[in-house]
Amino acid sequence: MVNYVWLFMMVFGILVAGAQGNIEVVTKAALDGAQVAVKTSLSLIAIITFWLGIMKLAEAAGLVQALAKLVRPVTAFLFPSVPKEHPAMGAIVMNLSANILGLGNAATPMGLIAMQELQKLNKQSDTASDAMCTFLAINTGCITLIPTTIIGIRVLYGSQNPTEIVGTTVFATCCGMLVAILADRLLRGLYRNRW
Amino acid sequence: MYELINQISRWAIPVMLLVIPLLAFIRKVPVFETFVEGAETGFSTAIKTIPFLTAMLVAVSIFRASGAMELLASWLSPILSVIGIPADILPHAVMRPLSGGAALGIATEIIKTHGPDSFIGRLASTMQGSSDTTFYVLTLYFGSVGIRKYRYAVASGLAADFTTLIASIIICNLMF
Repeated sequence: MVNYVWLFMMVFGILVAGAQGNIEVVTKAALDGAQVAVKTSLSLIAIITFWLGIMKLAEAAGLVQALAKLVRPVTAFLFPSVPKEHPAMGAIVMNLSANILGLGNAATPMGLIAMQELQKLNKQSDTASDAMCTFLAINTGCITLIPTTIIGIRVLYGSQNPTEIVGTTVFATCCGMLVAILADRLLRGLYRNRW
Repeated sequence: MYELINQISRWAIPVMLLVIPLLAFIRKVPVFETFVEGAETGFSTAIKTIPFLTAMLVAVSIFRASGAMELLASWLSPILSVIGIPADILPHAVMRPLSGGAALGIATEIIKTHGPDSFIGRLASTMQGSSDTTFYVLTLYFGSVGIRKYRYAVASGLAADFTTLIASIIICNLMF
């Protein structure tokens, strides 16, 4: 599906630019996009290196495993294919907690560590495993409790009650998350029958 | 409640950075060496995401800069307004899963034009806060371990994004 979405954005984008007579924006946009991608990846080096070091310490101290054990009832249901108390579970929980608390800088490296752990269990190294799909469904659905950026913008433009959207945000997120988990379960079954 | 969560967010990382090395030391872990050993793969992990992110962000950038995104939103609006989705919010809804920065820019524009306490301003705020940049997360996370076949991850991510959009509209209609 990612192939279709990607091709659609490229082809439709270029055709629209051509039809509207500003084909020259395409080349610039392409190079701008590539520039942003490389900058993003490079800026990840520092935080990933730092958090990988800290997480290795946490693992050596037995903290990650202890955390995995603590949340076992929930994770055993969500990730049946991952062995109980696997370090991947600890990393997943830390990623989700960092997400909820709005610690973006810590959330991404922990998520990548979780992916590395899940990759160790993956039998086909170029294809997403069931557990990875579930993790990403939860991860993209699970967002911060206090959306500080948008609250800041509301303050900037003179809102009478900038935090009034917290309740509606949490509600919408919970709906999205529920559907993410349901869709993941449903599609997992469908895909298994197809192949 | 808001204050409490804010305080937890402020303290969480410093406390972790204090407790983890201390506890590791008590359990006889060589702390410095272990940190370095873990951090070793940081560079290669980050670098591995470059081709994946480049592919995705080039497409998003062309899609946005060419005006294709606005055109798509204007085509969709008559259909979606039938089920109660306001036309002004559509560019945001289309952009939200693709680009975090672009979606934030659109939300800011809506809040600036219509006011933060207007219905559409509150709706844009709710939508911006309640969903993530699905394609960016998928590309980055899968890219870091070299996975090219995403199977059904895109479908379940988009299902969640669409639900969040509908849920935002419903709850904002009820609350505001």
